[in-house]
Amino acid sequence: MSEKKNDILLDVRHLQVYFPIKRGLMKRVVGHVHAVEDVSFTVKRREVFALVGESGCGKSTTGSAILRLIEPTAGQVYFEGENLSTLSEEQMRLKRRDMQFIFQNPYASLNPRMNVWKLLSEPLKVHFDLPPQELRSRVEEMLHLIGMTPDQLERYPHQFSGGQKQRISIARALITHPSFVVADEPVSALDVSIQAQILNLMMELQQEMELSLVFISHDLNVVRHISNSVGVMYLGSLMETGDTEEVYRHPAHPYTQALLSAVPSHDPTNKSKHIVLEGDVPNPASPPSGCPFHTRCRYCTKVCEEKKPELQEIAPHHFAACHHVGEM
Amino acid sequence: MENLLEIRDLKITTLRGKNTVKLLDKVDLDIKKKCSFGIVGESGCGKSITANAILGLLPYPLQVSEGSIRYDSKDGEKELLKLSKKEMRSARGREISMIFQEPMTSLDPIFNVEMQMDEALTFHHPQMSKSEKRERSLEMLRRVNIPRPEQTLASYPHQLSGGQLQRIMIAIALINDPRLLLADEPTTALDVTIQAQILKLMNDLKEQNDTSIIMITHDLGVIAETCEEVAVFYAGQIVEQANVIELFGKTAHPYTLGLLRAVTSLGGESRKLYTIPGIVPPGGQWSQGCRFADRCEKCMEKCRQAMPALTEAAPGHYCRCFLHSEEVEA
Ligand SMILES: Nc1ncnc2c1ncn2[C@@H]1O[C@H](COP(=O)(O)OP(=O)(O)OP(=O)(O)O)[C@@H](O)[C@H]1O
Ligand SMILES: Nc1ncnc2c1ncn2[C@@H]1O[C@H](COP(=O)(O)OP(=O)(O)OP(=O)(O)O)[C@@H](O)[C@H]1O
Ligand code: SF4
Ligand SMILES: [Mg+2]
Ligand SMILES: [Mg+2]
Repeated sequence: MSEKKNDILLDVRHLQVYFPIKRGLMKRVVGHVHAVEDVSFTVKRREVFALVGESGCGKSTTGSAILRLIEPTAGQVYFEGENLSTLSEEQMRLKRRDMQFIFQNPYASLNPRMNVWKLLSEPLKVHFDLPPQELRSRVEEMLHLIGMTPDQLERYPHQFSGGQKQRISIARALITHPSFVVADEPVSALDVSIQAQILNLMMELQQEMELSLVFISHDLNVVRHISNSVGVMYLGSLMETGDTEEVYRHPAHPYTQALLSAVPSHDPTNKSKHIVLEGDVPNPASPPSGCPFHTRCRYCTKVCEEKKPELQEIAPHHFAACHHVGEM
Repeated sequence: MENLLEIRDLKITTLRGKNTVKLLDKVDLDIKKKCSFGIVGESGCGKSITANAILGLLPYPLQVSEGSIRYDSKDGEKELLKLSKKEMRSARGREISMIFQEPMTSLDPIFNVEMQMDEALTFHHPQMSKSEKRERSLEMLRRVNIPRPEQTLASYPHQLSGGQLQRIMIAIALINDPRLLLADEPTTALDVTIQAQILKLMNDLKEQNDTSIIMITHDLGVIAETCEEVAVFYAGQIVEQANVIELFGKTAHPYTLGLLRAVTSLGGESRKLYTIPGIVPPGGQWSQGCRFADRCEKCMEKCRQAMPALTEAAPGHYCRCFLHSEEVEA
């Protein structure tokens, strides 16, 4: 038992993030965006946990709240057994050496006035007190890992392609040798073949550096390829979680089933049979009662409108939040 | 005319300083009536500028330097490149319409949906009465499956979701019964479940009307699901073209094979993903040989010296590669 506990690096418990909606001159709070309603999951050491779901379901907010880039409204995040919400800002800042973030948009996340040397050496200077030669060699080592050469150190972000910029932001996040990284849509802005290069790089580095990763993406093919476990989010809540292959082969939640069936197949002779969902995702400022998915679900009954289903274990390590799971 | 649209030898250039730089090179396309035609390729291959050229929407300093675009219009055959600005404007919407990737930026934020649909109708039918226009707008919104169409007519763009906006864009694009719809990455900005809605809608509309669709995308899955005929663009040229089943089943060009391997290896056994090394060479940096040579696993000596011609590898299946034909581009 104790051995199993130690294996868990990150433990997210009932995370909730509400954003106030302010109106008028007095900036009165007139309501809240329920960006993250209730999210719990664990990430083991060396595991890649993927968060998937459609735009606005709360993936990025979850990722930012884990690292306390946004303060959670409620819930706790334990990292190596330590409750992060009890840490002071200064303690949290030091923690970020071990916990890093990679952003979706390398164009916005790299300071255009810093050259590659500055971009990569700065995190090291903040967290370590290294002699100059050591600093230099750590930067060059990282540069080598991302497939770039020291003669590119003097160049600025605008002199690189999108794929190269994303490599640099990955290097910047990994240079302090963190044990945990949140990667928010790191390949979404890139062409297929560049995307594959970056994913290969991330998988290699993850193995080599024994990283744990929370990988945020809306691309279901990418998620299947890169992750060991997956959490499917809808309107701020986790609908289903489990080992990736298990969830993809036997999706239990009606939303996961629709989501997976919507992915276009690459075989024109065998077009996928889509479950086409009617309507749109409800507004997270006034989420529906009961099951968050009930307004679009084909299996919805009275209980779904009234009571929010809890995640329940339907197979080993496989959880789904649906009143009618198994009846479909 | 047998075809709806016939593009011959289309060349597009731009100015960089004092130099003229080629962006599109001798593209031929035949779009049949009632056909859905896909154009696929990586970023920067020339997909969007081709579509913009058809509608006379190339931004300065881009221009068509050679070629012809013939179109079988409602009142006879026309050479689109020779239309006056005024004639082109009246062809847009009534003959050929376009929808773009970002529905949010193509609708005007200060007008509600009714005003924007009204404007599209008034332009081509100035004699239409207010109530006729309203009726027609409501009918179009119903056809694109907008729930509560009356309420939606009164809404402003910011009050609608991305999927709703894209459906409204399609409704506006089709409101004057065009015979050709150019869709430039119509679902790229949308989520998969909304994408599935929009693609189904476009397929249904094609069945119900006499509309041909040119679907521009970098997503081979979207092509496989919606198109009958496909052209693969690379560095401003067509490198392969065939019926969709033939293209996916009997892929001939190494570039198309690479694209397919890159996407299918995502579902494959190997953890390491297949990648095509390198990047698409931009206009101005094209070699005299095959433009894919630097990235091609099968590259031979002659590939660097001469450019292969686009030749028929099998009936209706065209490929530009020396592995399939010795013929050199004239
Ligand atoms: N700072 C903020 N203030 C108010 N609302 C916010 C803020 N950040 C996010 N939201 C809202 O919270 C919800 C969740 O947003 P979030 O960015 O986490 O979604 P996401 O799943 O990452 O979506 P995407 O795939 O589009 O990146 C959305 O409705 C969003 O509009
Ligand atoms: N306004 C412009 N000025 C100068 N060059 C341009 C302009 N628009 C496009 N180009 C160039 O023309 C080439 C073809 O661009 P195009 O937009 O057609 O690519 P695309 O295939 O649609 O790519 P994407 O998938 O990124 O949309 C590119 O090299 C691009 O840089
Ligand atoms: S709980 Fe009900 S509404 Fe929610 S997904 Fe299950 S069946 Fe559908
Ligand atoms: Mg996000
Ligand atoms: Mg384009």
